[in-house]
Amino acid sequence: MSTKPKVVTIDGNEAASYVAYRVNEVCAIYPITPSSPMAEFADEWTTKGITNIWGNIPEIVEMQSEGGAAGAVHGALQAGALTTTFTASQGLMLMLPNMYKIAGELTSAVIHVAARSLAAQALSIFGDHSDIMAARTTGFGLLASSSVQEAHDQALIAQAATLASRIPFIHFFDGFRTSHEVNKLTLLSDDQIRAMIDDKLVIAHRERGLSPDHPFIRGTAQNPDVYFQGRETVNSYYLETPGIVQDAMDKFAQLTGRTYHLFDYTGAPDAERVIILMGSGAETAMETADYLAEKGEKVGVIQVRLFRPFSIKHFLKALPTSVKKIAVLDRTKEPGSAGEPMYQDFATGLLDALQNGKIAQMPFLVGGRYGLSSKEFTPAMVKGIFDELAKDKPKNFFTIGIEDDVTHMNLTYDPSFTLDESKWTQALFFGLGADGTVGANKNSIKIIGENTPLYAQGFFVYDSKKSGSQTVSHLRFGPKPIRAPYLIGKADFIACHKFNFIEKSDILGAAKEGATLLLNSPFGPEEIWDKFPRLIQEALIQKKLRFFLIDATKVAQETGMGTMINTIMQTCFFALSGVLPREEAIAQIKKAIEKTYFKKGPAVIQKNFAAVDATLARLFEVKVPSQSTSKKEFPPIVSDKAPAFVKEVTAMMMAGRGDELPVSMLPVDGTYPSGTTKWEKRNIAEFIPSWEADTCIQCGNCSFVCPHSVIRAKFFHEGYLEGAPISFKSAPISARGFPETRYTLEIYAEDCTGCNLCVEACPAYDLKDRTRKAINMVEKPADLEKERANIAFFEGIPLNDRSQVDFSSVRGSQYLEPLFEFSGACAGCGETPYVRLLSQLFGDHLIVANATGCSSIYGGNQPTTPWTTNAEGRGPAWSNSLFEDNAEFGLGMRVSADKHAQMAQDLLRKLAPELNAELVDALLHQPQELESQLRKQRERVAALKVQLLKMENPLADHLLSVADSLVRRSVWLIGGDGWAYDIGSSGLDHVLASGRNVNVLVLDTEVYSNTGGQMSKATPTAATAKFAAAGKRVGKKDLALQAISYGNVYVAQVAMGANPQQTLLAIREAEAYDGPSLVLAYSHCIAHGIDMTKGMEQQDLAVASGYWPLLRYNPALRKAGRNPFVLDSPRPSIKLPEYAYKELRYKILTRTNPEEAKVLMELAQELVDQRWNTYEDMATWKAEAFSPIY
Amino acid sequence: MDLRTTYMGLPLRSPIVVSASTLSQDPGKIVQMEDCGAGAVVLFSLFEEQIRAEMEFYESVMRSTSGVFAEAMDYFPDESEYNIGTEQYLEIIRKAKEQVEIPIIASLNGVTNEGWIEYARQMEQAGADGIEINIFYIPADTSLTGAEVEQRYVDIVKTVKNTVKIPIAVKLNPYFSAMGNMAKRLEEAGADALVLFNRFYQPNFNIDKMEVVFDLEYSHPNEIRLPLLWIAILRGQLNASLAATTGIQGAPEIIKYLLAGADVTMTASALYKHGIRYLQTMNRELKEWMDRFMFVSVREVQGLLSQQNIANPSAYERANYIKILEAQK
Repeated sequence: MSTKPKVVTIDGNEAASYVAYRVNEVCAIYPITPSSPMAEFADEWTTKGITNIWGNIPEIVEMQSEGGAAGAVHGALQAGALTTTFTASQGLMLMLPNMYKIAGELTSAVIHVAARSLAAQALSIFGDHSDIMAARTTGFGLLASSSVQEAHDQALIAQAATLASRIPFIHFFDGFRTSHEVNKLTLLSDDQIRAMIDDKLVIAHRERGLSPDHPFIRGTAQNPDVYFQGRETVNSYYLETPGIVQDAMDKFAQLTGRTYHLFDYTGAPDAERVIILMGSGAETAMETADYLAEKGEKVGVIQVRLFRPFSIKHFLKALPTSVKKIAVLDRTKEPGSAGEPMYQDFATGLLDALQNGKIAQMPFLVGGRYGLSSKEFTPAMVKGIFDELAKDKPKNFFTIGIEDDVTHMNLTYDPSFTLDESKWTQALFFGLGADGTVGANKNSIKIIGENTPLYAQGFFVYDSKKSGSQTVSHLRFGPKPIRAPYLIGKADFIACHKFNFIEKSDILGAAKEGATLLLNSPFGPEEIWDKFPRLIQEALIQKKLRFFLIDATKVAQETGMGTMINTIMQTCFFALSGVLPREEAIAQIKKAIEKTYFKKGPAVIQKNFAAVDATLARLFEVKVPSQSTSKKEFPPIVSDKAPAFVKEVTAMMMAGRGDELPVSMLPVDGTYPSGTTKWEKRNIAEFIPSWEADTCIQCGNCSFVCPHSVIRAKFFHEGYLEGAPISFKSAPISARGFPETRYTLEIYAEDCTGCNLCVEACPAYDLKDRTRKAINMVEKPADLEKERANIAFFEGIPLNDRSQVDFSSVRGSQYLEPLFEFSGACAGCGETPYVRLLSQLFGDHLIVANATGCSSIYGGNQPTTPWTTNAEGRGPAWSNSLFEDNAEFGLGMRVSADKHAQMAQDLLRKLAPELNAELVDALLHQPQELESQLRKQRERVAALKVQLLKMENPLADHLLSVADSLVRRSVWLIGGDGWAYDIGSSGLDHVLASGRNVNVLVLDTEVYSNTGGQMSKATPTAATAKFAAAGKRVGKKDLALQAISYGNVYVAQVAMGANPQQTLLAIREAEAYDGPSLVLAYSHCIAHGIDMTKGMEQQDLAVASGYWPLLRYNPALRKAGRNPFVLDSPRPSIKLPEYAYKELRYKILTRTNPEEAKVLMELAQELVDQRWNTYEDMATWKAEAFSPIY
Repeated sequence: MDLRTTYMGLPLRSPIVVSASTLSQDPGKIVQMEDCGAGAVVLFSLFEEQIRAEMEFYESVMRSTSGVFAEAMDYFPDESEYNIGTEQYLEIIRKAKEQVEIPIIASLNGVTNEGWIEYARQMEQAGADGIEINIFYIPADTSLTGAEVEQRYVDIVKTVKNTVKIPIAVKLNPYFSAMGNMAKRLEEAGADALVLFNRFYQPNFNIDKMEVVFDLEYSHPNEIRLPLLWIAILRGQLNASLAATTGIQGAPEIIKYLLAGADVTMTASALYKHGIRYLQTMNRELKEWMDRFMFVSVREVQGLLSQQNIANPSAYERANYIKILEAQK
């Protein structure tokens, strides 16, 4: 090609999607981590009018699940369109049935997969080949890419091959490595893409499609007579496919100069020890083999690109004849198998080759597992495997990278081994989520990768929290392509963008000798040394680090950048790292600033320029003293009071040392103790609430809305105040009939995220100063000793007796202990206050089935989890199955609980003659509606157990095992709108129709929040979302009305920011109703693009505008002959735009397409008005107008 | 009948100009205004703090939703993908200029020096025929002297004048000790026109909720007297054009302002109340009135009752006041 190829720095997802988009006509999509960005890019390009190579814009259709996407793909293919989809993990599992069909019908198609672990003992969003291997029986070809460039190139090779072979392909690359690694690559031109795609084959594909103009039937049912033969008809296609793929690779090489083979070998030509693997690990292994071969070791690596259809012929061509020992590495686990899948294919293939004389003798073949769930796979591990192969009898079925102290399968290796890293500049950046560090680093990679001859690579590691998370950016720069898909072990440059990281953890552990440390610090050069813990001082001295200091926060404030420190820290990196000469580096930064802020005008550009200049003037080098002086140690990860498991296992994960945990330390079945967030004390807030006891009216609103359960209330006899710390606050209780009683609102300062919702919710103003409320944000003290002492004292005061508390008022409910606390949800989360409330109301008899999504991540992501227990050791029993099956999963729990209750009752009756008759009668017949009644039933069960333990009747043992089920279980199915409206919709519908006593809480954020805000059927008209960038034209599904149509389902729509009392009432009614209940809870979310401190205010506006009417439909009222439909919110007092245009999701459209925004907003208003009228009308109906119930 | 006039050096076909209002947010309505006989359109005001607040809001949302956790690298398209800041305003200028022939006057309500300069420049580049600078400033700081406040107005005018080549009008409030002198100083600073007067949206209280209420009331015909006074006084004493705004609900107020000496008269309230087509009515009624008095050109009407042109100039001064008081007896 005559034109100079375009060089870009993008990640693997974009690289693959770029090609997929150009060579397809239809994409059926559904979001799933880590493949979502592929679909998002495709959708975005459609919105921008970008065309494929035939000049038309591909049709993008978002489906309700991956199963739906696969069906749509199948249909589109059958109708003749070039069709693709993007997925991963569980998504691929849902596609399997269609994939058999697509392959069985010899249909050309490529599915692009960011390969990810499958949920087994736990879910994992990270990368391995479990999903790919589960799909290997479908008949799809499996083509693996190992790098960002390959993901780009092979997306095209796969498309060319599928058209030529008629075998459909999965083109895959490693999720959360290649998918998210930013690297420099050469972009394929449209001419090159066109040259690879034979239009005759495209037309042939089209002609194989169904058409009434030349009809045929496909998809029939066959009988025993011909099914078998029919299955064998495809053989010749599979036999030819490897050759076709290689032909495509060869043609590609001619066009681009980049050469690929089905199996590529690198290493010593006379290698005796060879490792075989595929995916990103191959890059690491190949670099290591070359390095070792250069040093004279007879080692080599074969990278597998085409795993299926498997071609031993092509493999043998690549394998040096000198090879004596082979290790086949699988990035998956197939428990109970004779070996992992790729190992088995090679074993079979080699045996066949031996039997047929293709090889003289069988090499010593071993298999091993590595890198599950993105476990690091390093050159040291590769070296370890080669060393094992050097042994007489290398271990088979080994693991590498972990310590298996139970079955001793792991290999040992020397972790200090590295390749020659001097060819790169390696930099590590420690940032706070959302502080712009990741964005700035991506920008740096772009600047260097796209504007200089240097190569650049970036990978970004996040912790598992959604608020106050730490990000670590791993950046490499060098003169040659960077093939190092593993984290940086030894860095030349370390930047710490948040000062307190250096106080808490050993961020210099990864510093090379002579490396540079850049620290953003409020302390100046004179005082900084004394602020460091001992280990940091020692590392600075011993590693001879150069140390630079900047007060980026101050520079940002002074240069009008507000709290944005990213440009400042990026400037420091450019000035200090030496990747580019300083002058050039600064010029490049300024060029990038001009480009970024072009639309915002010269003033914004100048402001950024000024920040760059001010940065350089305020960047100080600090001379490192020769002696360490600090006595300060890093704070302990968890308190000494923590249970042993937390100290030994959880704390290791919290400290970022989970890799060091051996197999024996982990539970065998994914069962972990509840309530571990309380040990974490993340201290992420800079400002925390402070309670003004004198101003407070003790309404409970602040703790009611608190997303992190950090505000706790108790009332107690004043006698308990004896010995209270001086700073412990209390006030006389503001209720009659409680003499000598005090009230305290305690703030858990170390667990607070500083979200400000409590202050917003507080209705009480200081009469003397209207700017102050009964709760106000204050700067968090550096020393929290007082706060800790107050909390300890508060915890020593007895909890309020649940049977004495008024459950029906907001105020009363806040005396109930939350059994969901300190989750990792976003600061100001709109979902967690509802979840916390459930735990307060029903926690000690609560069973939760939680759909995958935000709530399962903040509810169940390791290392620490928020569902906890009360002083009796009781608390919510929580589990997450999948995304799509949560309703069914929860129903199963209900059925099981009911079955056990029934068994217990039956056994009670049978054993009655041997038991206290009065007790048996009470156990069987006393009500369990109120808290006091539940408490009595528990006492009765305890008494029963005492009697049963003394009995010798074998039935007593059975009754003992189910006796707890005699206490009523409250089963709740929790999930987001992605689950309830889309992927789990049919299951939810079925479960609601079952009539069983399950309670459903839908945390409705109106998008797929966890995966980045993709449209769901709950997304409202006129709002934008991912996959609905042009604004949603279809109305939100009225799930409430759907459920009401059954008649026997309790339905409520709530928004606690608008009416907390109604929320409380609805949740209690739902639980009390002996049948299915559905509570739709408006949950503000970062995906709405709002000021999160005003989340509750937005809820209020949503209700005030009539967009979110508060309602309750109670079948019990219908049964009593009353209108079951109650509209709890007043008539709309504002128009929809007054609420909607405070949110970026609506506002964006006014900026991208104002005319369309206007049309859609008018439509949305009409929908709101119409729905309101319908509801208002329903509220006046007679009972008979609603469905009669059994 | 010749309704043509000249305003800040721009030839207009009618002295009836649409003043800054949300009506001009829709380019389609600007076309309608031209069709209905508007002499010119002053676009709705670009408020610097609004632009800044919006940019800050976008920035803060983008920042707080990007790179937060592994599964969601972002929630919204990159800011460069959509028009925030002034872009949408400038686009309206561009569209209006493409679609209509009458002058389009941008309206700028700045806060900072940089804001005045940058946004004025952008408006000029987008094709605005003139800029109305709307100085809405309440000197709540009790340490500020009158002289300092006046100087601030003068400085802003100078700043904008030095930035752009297109004519500028200054919309100001009447609360100066020496309005006449102030007008003169603004003209000397570079104002090509003065728009008399700006209506401050003054707060009200809700005594039930004990809250400050910011509600909007359309201007009323009886509010024309103050601008009428000053236009009548300033007519002939300045080279700058005079625009009358406030209180115009129909042709009678327009005629009064013209008689006082206004080069143009501006209204939005009348259009809010009666619709854009009311421009036709007002033009027709102006013509009918002129016809009745046999004027053939608006220029003949302008300033007929100004202080300089009436037999008893003191009518506009103290004597007039005494006369009114006497009449009350």
